[in-house]
Amino acid sequence: MPFYGQSKRILLPVRPGFMVFTVIVALLFNLLPWRDVNGLPDLLALVIAFWCVHQPRKMGIGVAWLLGIFMDTGNGALLGQHAFAYAVLAFTAITLHRRILWFPLSQQAAQILVLLLAIQLLMLAVRLIAGGAFPGLAYFAGSLIAAVLWPAATFILLWPQRRPENVDANRPI
Amino acid sequence: MDTTTPPFFHRGPAPLARLTFFVSLSILLMVLDARFRYAEALRQTAAVIVYPLQRIAMAPMALLDNAGDYFTSQISLKRENDALRSRQLQAAGERLTLDSLRAENAQFRRLLEARQRLPRISTFAEILYSGRDPFSRKIVIDKGSQQGIQAGLAVIDDVGVIGQVTRVYPLLAEVTLITDKEQVTPVQVVRNGLRAVAYGGGGGNSGDGTLDLRFMSANADIQTGDVLVTSGIDGTYPPGLPVAKVARIERDAAYAFANISCTPAAGTDQNKQVLVLSQEADPPPEPTLAEPAKPAKTRRTRAMDK
Repeated sequence: MPFYGQSKRILLPVRPGFMVFTVIVALLFNLLPWRDVNGLPDLLALVIAFWCVHQPRKMGIGVAWLLGIFMDTGNGALLGQHAFAYAVLAFTAITLHRRILWFPLSQQAAQILVLLLAIQLLMLAVRLIAGGAFPGLAYFAGSLIAAVLWPAATFILLWPQRRPENVDANRPI
Repeated sequence: MDTTTPPFFHRGPAPLARLTFFVSLSILLMVLDARFRYAEALRQTAAVIVYPLQRIAMAPMALLDNAGDYFTSQISLKRENDALRSRQLQAAGERLTLDSLRAENAQFRRLLEARQRLPRISTFAEILYSGRDPFSRKIVIDKGSQQGIQAGLAVIDDVGVIGQVTRVYPLLAEVTLITDKEQVTPVQVVRNGLRAVAYGGGGGNSGDGTLDLRFMSANADIQTGDVLVTSGIDGTYPPGLPVAKVARIERDAAYAFANISCTPAAGTDQNKQVLVLSQEADPPPEPTLAEPAKPAKTRRTRAMDK
């Protein structure tokens, strides 16, 4: 089964309101008052990557950058650190979106893992240059967890598009 | 369905151009923020936008806390009440002597014509969360500039110094812990009055925080178990607050300085309630001849930095 994918199934057009909603929920998750937990998944990065892969014309580098600024302010990080990382993430995901969707979900997750690790390394480099402390290897566990969540994210975020507008037993979608 | 012209042909600048633009913008911001602190206005604006989201994100935790309070059993309340009462009795005994000692101290200071120590106003605050930024050690408290918090104020808990307010938003404030890599605390050894400067050991958010005493000569009179308190030289921290305890000393003849690491006294990672101490009414005067150790130290520190 070489060519697998959601493209077999015809999806409804995405509703921009739902995209905004998911992005806000992911931002909320990232702003939860965690206390000294290292290696949390960056759900906002995951959602940005998801919409860049699935809706590259509706999700852009500029939006990702702005969300990064919000993350920096909310976390008290260096201003521009997440913005930088998310802009790079959005660009890479948009560039690779045709290629990523070609693969089955598990292999998509592997590619997303590489993207997420890359932006974490980017942020690490930026902060080490700016004089931060090395947070330990547990920091990278966040990307692993986020990548494992990719199939679940696909299921949840595409769910509204999978519903038929009017149910018809003789129609395939 | 889309009924407008399909936007296939006008998609704005190429992705690479956009990436270049936003990446250079971020790098500019990062340099401004890290080196010159010019980006505060943008940060404050974004903070106002994010604040409602932060509040919403805080809500489930607050709800859990409230529910926990509600279901606290009577036995545990009774036990806590007893413990508090006995502690209060002990404290009352010490307080009675403290009042007379304070009066005596004030009199001695008058006699010596030394500067009077002014009482500080303290603000009670709660830790909202301990910063998701894994590269620094910060906490966020629920009082901001609206409640009179300013950058630079000292933050303590019931055991000792926690850190210093480094950034203030209207309703929140960021406190950099003494264990942060960039945070420096002037300390003094209780046993012999030796002054030193404690640097944070860093080590990420979940690592066990430590403090380092740098630039202490290898033969300095310091022992494992020595208690370090604030020296009060900088005027930020009131003198005499516990900061840390010396945990490990390595003296190597090959180096001029000893390698001393300490464990912080205050539970920088456990407590939920903290106290923000206001600045003294008049800042202390510039170090004079009465404090000869300080200038010597700074000169040495600077020499080391080069």
